[in-house]
Amino acid sequence: MEAFLSNIDRVVDGFSWTVRLTLLSALFSFVLGILLTAMRVSPVPLLRGLATAYVESIRNTPLTLVLLFCGLGLNSALGVHLSGTVALDVFWWAVIGLSAYTACFVSESLRAGINTIPLGQVEAARSLGLTFTQNLRLIVIPQALRAVIGPLGSVLIALTKNTTVASVAGLGVQEASREMKLMFDQGVAPVLPTFLGFAIGFLILTLPTGYFFGWLSKRVAVVR
Amino acid sequence: MSAQKSVLFDAPGPRARARNVVYTVITLVLFVIGLAVLYLGFNDYFRGQRPSLFDPATWAVNPSGEWTADKWEPFLRPGTWTDYVLPGLRNTLTAALTASVLAIVFGLVFGIGRMSERWWIRVASGAVVEFFRGIPLLILIFFTMALPIVAYQLFAIPPGTFQVTALAAVVTGLTLYNGSVLAEVFRAGVLAVPKGQSEAAQAIGMTRSQNMWLILIPQAITAMMPAIVAQLVVLLKDSALGYIVAFPEMLRSFTLLATREGNVIPAAIICALIYIAINLSLSRVAIWLERRNSSRGRTSTKPVDTEGVSARADTSTGAAGTVAVEPTVQEPLPDTLREDGPAEPGDDDAGDDGDDGPRDGRG
Repeated sequence: MEAFLSNIDRVVDGFSWTVRLTLLSALFSFVLGILLTAMRVSPVPLLRGLATAYVESIRNTPLTLVLLFCGLGLNSALGVHLSGTVALDVFWWAVIGLSAYTACFVSESLRAGINTIPLGQVEAARSLGLTFTQNLRLIVIPQALRAVIGPLGSVLIALTKNTTVASVAGLGVQEASREMKLMFDQGVAPVLPTFLGFAIGFLILTLPTGYFFGWLSKRVAVVR
Repeated sequence: MSAQKSVLFDAPGPRARARNVVYTVITLVLFVIGLAVLYLGFNDYFRGQRPSLFDPATWAVNPSGEWTADKWEPFLRPGTWTDYVLPGLRNTLTAALTASVLAIVFGLVFGIGRMSERWWIRVASGAVVEFFRGIPLLILIFFTMALPIVAYQLFAIPPGTFQVTALAAVVTGLTLYNGSVLAEVFRAGVLAVPKGQSEAAQAIGMTRSQNMWLILIPQAITAMMPAIVAQLVVLLKDSALGYIVAFPEMLRSFTLLATREGNVIPAAIICALIYIAINLSLSRVAIWLERRNSSRGRTSTKPVDTEGVSARADTSTGAAGTVAVEPTVQEPLPDTLREDGPAEPGDDDAGDDGDDGPRDGRG
């Protein structure tokens, strides 16, 4: 255990990248997810079709493939660079891949949330003369958001764990799981304490998130 | 879809129809621009000195771009499929099927363990489930791969005594993670069985385990079947993580192919299409099961409603549907969203209510 603790700075560094990936991807996927949801419930059939096609195809593709496509395909093969330094370049590609993937799940949860809103709410809004945008902004989204806080928390937890896939060849972001694998391979510390240390690190990130979102969703639940 | 339409907007009038046409045109224009950027990007347009967009040569297929026939031609050769894709697909399916069976067993054991009468079984099962659900699958796979080193470090078992193959590591990881999620699914399913069922079982003198195995589990599994299938889709998708530990599954065979033929992007697209086809058909199965359940559950749980006030029967199904989904929504399950998936057939159900009516009358 001492050998592991003496390397604690490497562990902390790995998790700092995990947290950065999580927070940025969460932000972008949330924005993109709201956009996709608005498209999926819009009155324009073409918008609905496009958003549904996007969500259904990315959702059913493995994340490993999505990130490999960003890393090996767009970054290496097509040579699209987002930053001067390699470390930041792959980092931003990882953020893009994770956001594109997670946005589908955000959109799915939001849509499930919209389906929980009683018809009467929207009928009342329409009879007051609210337009589709007003309806969505003032009536539907606020209620749907409160209904989906629990599921969105699950999405965030899944995202935190999914950032480990960003260590895939072709991207190789120096996040926690890659740091753990390197520490295994370099033999700087015994394997079991290293694994337990990283596992506890992930539990520290995921368990409180779960409890917080569970508490929050109960607190703001719409009483019907 | 039809249910949603009525939630958010009325049947469009003349002005709304005109506006929708405008929006459609705008979307179409943006979509075509997006396609054009994608086409030019894959055509290596942005890397060169970018000739004018109105030059026909710009739009011709660039031999060094991704659209050139050379890069797609490998997929027309039978050797590509027999030497690369099919062996990879077989490995993917082997890993996924083995892990599915094991995960269901693991899920049953620990799901029931969490409802045990003895507190230490409850606590132990709970800890196991929460641990494996809370950590990333990938570090679990890495750890399983490193087990020979652990054996050496802890018990001085010389290296090389036993090996952990990539397949074993992937299957172990998939089993532990998805098994833990399934344990929660089974538990939620058992808790959602109406209380009268186990009360009746106790009343006729069944033991606790008889009650569990003969009464609760069969009903819970039927009710949770869509969620279980949805989790198996997750499992199949996650088997692609085997790529990272060099397990020769489908994604790896595609990257090998891409390295040999220099066609990363076409290979990625074809690979994605195969995964999407498999997963979508599995999801169809989940939706079909959900439909079948919702029509079956009605006759078994609501025998009183046979008088056939169809409106009342419909609301009661809606309630039963929410009961089945609710426990999974509240839980901070990492993949609850997959289990919310079946909620979407839920709205199909609402749309189907019309033709569900007669079925009710019949029952």
